[in-house]
Amino acid sequence: MAELTQARAPSMSSAVARFDPLPVFIFAMFAAAPFLASTSGAEGYVLSLLTRVMIFGLAAMSLDLILGYGALVSFGHAAFFGIGAYTVGIMASHGVEDALIQVPVALAASAFFAAVTGAISLRTKGVYFIMITLAFAQMLYFLASSLAAYGGDDGLTLSTRSLVAGSDFLENDFALYGTTLACLLGAYMLSRSIVKSRFGRVLRGTKENTVRMEAIGFQPLPFQLTAYVISGMMAGLAGCLLANQAEFVSPAFMTWQRSGELIFMVVLGGLGSLHGAIIGAAVFLLLEEFLPEILHAASFFLNDELRSRLSENWQMVFGPILILIVLFARGGVLGFIRRGSHG
Amino acid sequence: MTATLFFIQALNGLQFGLILFLIAAGLTLVFGVMDFINLAHGVQYMVGAYLVAAFSAWTGSFGWGLLLALPTALAFGLLLEVLVFRHLYDRDHLEQVLATFGIILFLNQSVKFIWGAAPLSVPVPEVMSGSVEIMDGLLYPVYRMAIIAAGLVVAALLYLVVSHTRVGMLVRAGATNASMVSALGINIRRLFMIVFGFGAMLAGFAGAMVAPILSVQPGMGDNILILAFVVIVIGGIGSIRGAFLAALLIGLVDTLGRSFMPNLLRLVLDPSAASQTGRAIAPMLIYIFMAAVLFFRPSGLFPAKR
Amino acid sequence: MADSLLELRSLRKTYGALFVTDNVDLSVRPGELHAVIGPNGAGKTTLIHQISGLVRSDSGQVLFDGEDITHLPMHERVRRGLARSFQITSILPAFSALENVALAVQARSGSSFRFFGNAAREEALNDAAMECLNVVGIGSRARVPAGLLSHGEKRQLELAIGLATQPKLLLLDEPLAGTGHEESLRVVETLQSLKGRITIVLIEHDMDAVFSLADRVSVLVYGRVIATDKPERIRANEEVRAAYLGEEESL
Repeated sequence: MAELTQARAPSMSSAVARFDPLPVFIFAMFAAAPFLASTSGAEGYVLSLLTRVMIFGLAAMSLDLILGYGALVSFGHAAFFGIGAYTVGIMASHGVEDALIQVPVALAASAFFAAVTGAISLRTKGVYFIMITLAFAQMLYFLASSLAAYGGDDGLTLSTRSLVAGSDFLENDFALYGTTLACLLGAYMLSRSIVKSRFGRVLRGTKENTVRMEAIGFQPLPFQLTAYVISGMMAGLAGCLLANQAEFVSPAFMTWQRSGELIFMVVLGGLGSLHGAIIGAAVFLLLEEFLPEILHAASFFLNDELRSRLSENWQMVFGPILILIVLFARGGVLGFIRRGSHG
Repeated sequence: MTATLFFIQALNGLQFGLILFLIAAGLTLVFGVMDFINLAHGVQYMVGAYLVAAFSAWTGSFGWGLLLALPTALAFGLLLEVLVFRHLYDRDHLEQVLATFGIILFLNQSVKFIWGAAPLSVPVPEVMSGSVEIMDGLLYPVYRMAIIAAGLVVAALLYLVVSHTRVGMLVRAGATNASMVSALGINIRRLFMIVFGFGAMLAGFAGAMVAPILSVQPGMGDNILILAFVVIVIGGIGSIRGAFLAALLIGLVDTLGRSFMPNLLRLVLDPSAASQTGRAIAPMLIYIFMAAVLFFRPSGLFPAKR
Repeated sequence: MADSLLELRSLRKTYGALFVTDNVDLSVRPGELHAVIGPNGAGKTTLIHQISGLVRSDSGQVLFDGEDITHLPMHERVRRGLARSFQITSILPAFSALENVALAVQARSGSSFRFFGNAAREEALNDAAMECLNVVGIGSRARVPAGLLSHGEKRQLELAIGLATQPKLLLLDEPLAGTGHEESLRVVETLQSLKGRITIVLIEHDMDAVFSLADRVSVLVYGRVIATDKPERIRANEEVRAAYLGEEESL
């Protein structure tokens, strides 16, 4: 068989070989932002906006892990947001305020919910999967709305942010920002590792051709379910952070529209790249934040009443942007960058 | 007394189920024939309600309003088809979900832009404003009876069209095997357009019918859309029969669950705990029901053969 | 019948009133290259699907290596050494040719529930995969995304993936379909070199290839096996001529 190994095995495939500076740039920007913020004069506002961007980036990235690498279109990912947030809220209202207890419980709850609903959902395919994940999220939404003891529809205000080992340093916006950044970076590195690993390769293969994977001896379900659980836990962590950032939890965290927005963020940034989801979340939240003002400025030729109505109803512009992106900008922001760099 | 209450709630459930069916019918056909997820189907229901509100205010008559609203809803559905949907048939489900999600954002906000955020109310037509006594001591509003009657008539018509006409035959064939239909030399694009337009009109009709008993407001189609999806998934995508059965089931389970769950639980729990848990579980019932159905039958009750 | 590696007993699959395969009995001996031929629509691909476990049989039994595998899912059969290729090329287009094969190697070497470490850099997987690519003669194309390979190269890749699972028996569904002359020669050459080392069940329309490669040939017509014999005797079989060969004058 010696003659069979005439060509040496290349040690890595072409797709993985390229070094991508973009994620480094993104995280460097996030790390530098607080210093810039403190010179802007509106540091509270900038910090809270960017913290939200990172939290939604974390949730969107967790969705990208199963959507972009596993082709599992979960239309109920906001449920995990809710689980994380409500765990913090409910435990805090019972006097358990330390994140070192809250977060593990939230992760366990997310994992449990993902394992149970995933085991049922993954029996179905395609549209049925989309719908059943949606249904499970709706179930949680209605459950949260009916929890009269925890605010019902109105939600629950946290009296303080979570403590960390008894210390209240998260009360400082910079500390919360830093913690969120650390969580995002940790989750990113973990996801990056998973995607490249043996496990991730099976998951990616399953996405491309399930039958082929079975034909070489893999059973897709355990891989998909594990990915679903990991993804759910990451989104649950994002929920814990969101509760702390907003100092408030509410059923509105897990409406199906919120799940739709998460999908949008992933696609907007570029499917199946991890950092694309973070970019998508950033673009989405910044558009949401500034579109009213942009519209107001851009509609200078209209009369004042129409102008204010237009900027109030910015979603009228947001919707068509979304449609246009789907129709014309395949690959999202990353696709755009890639096309640009190739001339 | 409870028997009367039960009967009234059962009628309400039936009425709700029929409305759901009107929405789900178009959705399941669009889905079955074109393999197209249309999240914007719920806003077509909302558009129907707004159109009837606007037209009946303009003409001063609900009847005229309805008569004008239906063709407008149809035209609006066709417009959306031409502008957006037809560019999405070849795309994957994810892109369809997103683009139609964009339409929801746009239309919800547009009606707010045009008619304001406050709910509109549409008066119940004069001739149907009273109640009838259907049994001893059981009064039921005439208008709700009319909705039930209209729902049943439309369901029957739809059944006739789908099972006994040429277009219906094509639609059924399309739900089973779309490439076969186009192989027969049928203009599949036109078939899509017809199915789409009528689906939109049915949803608009449902919205118009409920306008007098619900408040007409932005976002009113969002939650009912999800229910309609639950219906077609339980019924089996592409199956009118499944949609009909599932819609009635969902209508009844939801309505009866909300009114009787707390009482039912009182048999095993103390009253305050029963009403607490009852109110928590009732809105979850249909989703639990759906999960259970899909657990045992991953393609719904009446899966279209593929 | 311990001397057969694969044995089909009264295997049947119906779609509605249509018997796609009907009472198929077939016995494949260890080490042989067993070709299954038959006119279009004879049920050959369905038979492969039934053997590999992609399609559930309505009745009958599949015995592999002495074990009843009739009710095992496809991935379990692969683990027992029963691999297959697909008639319609079924590869992972975004993966490089090497990774397509390396995944198949990975499936049989150690747990795939590993979340750390770059799988694409595991030398053991890559070396074994490279070997398979070299066997089928596309080693030089290892880094090319599989979707960009030529049609013939994809067919060869299919074969390499099948080999990478280290099968006792390889089911090949028309490995020559759509290949050019050169490529088809190369595939035949590869099969020739595998012959004797691995048991092969080959479905193929190219009669030159079948009669030059096969140790035995079974003829499937309307879902039934009408004859199993040595190639030269199949050629001479009157029933086969009438049912099948008659319509292809070239034979």
